[in-house]
Amino acid sequence: MALAKGDVGGAPIGWDGKTLLEMLEESERLFQETGRYQGIDRLELKEGDHFRYERAFAKLRGALVAARETALHISASPIVRNIGELCFALYTPEGDSIAVSTGIIVHVHTMSEALKWMVRNNYERDPGIRPGDIFTNNDPAVGNVHTTDVHTMVPIFWEDELIGWASGVTHEVDIGANTPGHDPVTPTSRFEDGFHLTCERIGENEHIRQDHRLRSQRAVRSPLYWDLDEKCRTAGAYLIRDAVHRFIAEEGIGYYKRFTREVVEEGRRIFMARVRERLLPGRYRAAAFSGIPLKDEAWQPRARQDFICHAPMEVVIGRDGGFFLSMEGASAPGAHAFNCAEGPMQGAVWVLLSQMLVYDGKVNDGSYLALRHYFPPGTWCNAGDPQLAYCTSWAFLIPAFTGLFRCLSRALFARGYREEVVSGYGFTGDAIQGGGVLAVNGEYWPAANFEMSAVGLGASAVHDGLDWGYAMWNPESDQGDAELWELLEIGIPYLARRVKANTAGYGKYRGGSGWEAVRVLVGNRDAELYMGRGDGPTFMGCGIFGGYPQATSYRLWSKGSELMDRVSKGQPYPVGDDPDSGEFEELLGGEVTRRPNAMMFPTIFHDRDVLHYVLSGGPGCGDPLERPGQRVVDDMNEGIFSERIARDVFGVVASRDEKQGKWMLDEEASEGRRQEIRRLRAERSLPFEEFWRQERQRIEGRRLGEPVRRMFRESMSLSQAWAQEFRAFWKLPEGFEP
Amino acid sequence: MDRRVVEDLIDGRLSWPQLKEIISHPKDPARFQVIMEVLRERLGWQEPVLLPLAEHLYVVQKGTERVVRCDCGCEFGDYRENWKTKARVFVRDDESLLREIYPRMMHSDPQWMVLREFYCPGCFTLLEVEAVPPGYPVLFDFQPDIDGFYEWLGLPLPSSARA
Repeated sequence: MALAKGDVGGAPIGWDGKTLLEMLEESERLFQETGRYQGIDRLELKEGDHFRYERAFAKLRGALVAARETALHISASPIVRNIGELCFALYTPEGDSIAVSTGIIVHVHTMSEALKWMVRNNYERDPGIRPGDIFTNNDPAVGNVHTTDVHTMVPIFWEDELIGWASGVTHEVDIGANTPGHDPVTPTSRFEDGFHLTCERIGENEHIRQDHRLRSQRAVRSPLYWDLDEKCRTAGAYLIRDAVHRFIAEEGIGYYKRFTREVVEEGRRIFMARVRERLLPGRYRAAAFSGIPLKDEAWQPRARQDFICHAPMEVVIGRDGGFFLSMEGASAPGAHAFNCAEGPMQGAVWVLLSQMLVYDGKVNDGSYLALRHYFPPGTWCNAGDPQLAYCTSWAFLIPAFTGLFRCLSRALFARGYREEVVSGYGFTGDAIQGGGVLAVNGEYWPAANFEMSAVGLGASAVHDGLDWGYAMWNPESDQGDAELWELLEIGIPYLARRVKANTAGYGKYRGGSGWEAVRVLVGNRDAELYMGRGDGPTFMGCGIFGGYPQATSYRLWSKGSELMDRVSKGQPYPVGDDPDSGEFEELLGGEVTRRPNAMMFPTIFHDRDVLHYVLSGGPGCGDPLERPGQRVVDDMNEGIFSERIARDVFGVVASRDEKQGKWMLDEEASEGRRQEIRRLRAERSLPFEEFWRQERQRIEGRRLGEPVRRMFRESMSLSQAWAQEFRAFWKLPEGFEP
Repeated sequence: MDRRVVEDLIDGRLSWPQLKEIISHPKDPARFQVIMEVLRERLGWQEPVLLPLAEHLYVVQKGTERVVRCDCGCEFGDYRENWKTKARVFVRDDESLLREIYPRMMHSDPQWMVLREFYCPGCFTLLEVEAVPPGYPVLFDFQPDIDGFYEWLGLPLPSSARA
């Protein structure tokens, strides 16, 4: 049989007789030499016929959005079907994104990395890339955030040439890791991270191979969801491929090829223009931290240590408009589930800049090409070791990039665009995960809740943050109906969802509020549940211009509760929790566990056990004493702040009007309280020199907790520059280690 | 953008629908000039204000120096040095100090992370909060390239402000 293009040893499938690898190398060379995508100087198609050009982009963008909206109905998973944890994108043959759908667009760039990995490994030669092939990837070390995000990549051919890729991603309910769920917290290496598919060809001739289907359905705990998600991704990719074929039939192959080049270059130029339009040259710095206490709880001996992820960030904007982001000084990776590869870090930069700077531009890999970045190799944010665990990279990645919002916000504020300031965002940590077995029929139900995709957004400099409505990785966040989650998590119905008081970061403008949920176990043989959150011993991010970080979370449950007895007697039961008053203890009885560490390792629960969890608020902006008193009282009436926090943080005194059932502002008492707080600030604060002297003594005497010392030592050993800066700031001798 | 709208923006008087309208529209290139006009008028300082650095903080041309100044008049020295080193500092580094402002268990463990509050020594306004592990070097949040910025805008630096 004669060899065809794309077969092992066949003719090249790239443009003009080139291989894909040659195309990628040429693209990178041209960018290196000219600073422009494919060396494009003039946007000839745009200049020649602006309307045709914009219509062409709208056609592709529309096809991608339509593919997503159509394909998600194939999925049975509420995560995909209802919350929208999927997205699609169209790529050049080399793997650069041209246009994207709505949805979880953080993956647009990670899929780009996976495609480039295939090109660099010469998949064209072996295993070959042919019309009708279907590839899949979920390997974080290749181009993904974590294993549970699964990509399907379909080559698009026109005659004998590969003219692009249609790709889609869905977030799985379960990924077959060492515990049930999608963001496991217990893995310490790749070998516990779940099912890996490293850019594998899973289908030929438009047919997903049976061996792959059988293998994958045995590799995860929720095979039905897996199978239908795979069909959803594949169908979406086919819809895009068909749309591209229609586009070419209407516009011509020549137009398509040139257009896809120009539109990426235009995306790059739009980003550059936005930098000059909205920011200003200078140096910006921030730092974020995630404290992970595993000393007492980790399963594996080598994982039993408390540690802090250090995410320093420096953004330098040059006079030429160049944008450089560095995480020099980042701490080390380790034997835990939270390591991160470079690809997802790039994806996170891209998704946040898309939201902050180019939300009205052409969102594609042009924005990615417009900035330079440095994620130091060998650190948690560019671990470079495929044998590490990456299944819950988000636990570090999400806090790390709060710094980017603050850096950009300082520029936006200085420039006068105060409406664009955002102080950060809440921690989209997993509410509950795991699963259980029903007593009645032994059926397994997964706990794969995605309601954390609706946390508080940080405050702006002119407005409060969005309440319970933001996820940094998906601009279309949605908490989903409780009834929807109950269909999936059948053994743990909701008792309540409620605004969580005091989760909004304090400030002149407060952060968006968080919320809480209470669930009860019913009808189970047993259930194993856990929570993946990293904001227990550390705040996630912080506020800006005097705003405070949002409150941390905590873990709370009652085992053997008296709930059913109380319900049968018509007595009240908790619909939330006030940690200052102990609502749970008072109303539920049983054995109550209340601990400050929100990250919870798998724990066995039984019927009648009641579980509570917190969904994060966002950080604040500005001095809380400047928040108008009436606004604080309005917050109190909405359950966002308690009387104590209003009084002690905002200096607002209110009295309860029981007739109206409302808090009423006491202006005079509030003025007095605010003066009192200012006096307290003057009395208790120190001149900087005294603060510096005391702090230095503490460091010199090594009176720092073990996780803090470990973090400093890791950062200093991985970065000489950061070590020098640390020692210089505290005037410590050469070679000093905390 | 109309000057009155800019004043309302600064004062936080715009509703969300009004703000959404502004966010959804192309940016007005003259915003910086308009906001500076409003701020300079409100501050009423003799010396030219070059840049708003943060809520309450401005870079001001004072003779040949560029200094950071709070709107209460308190100065923090050269803008190329971290203004925080001239601030008053209060560190919430134990359980009771964190509990003053957060509910039980809804704050950091002070062994892992403290809150540093930086106040203006003149008016004791809270200017910045750092959430960092103990011993972390104080962050120098923002060092603007003022000359480069005015070049971008194609504007002359206010009189006697050329470095």
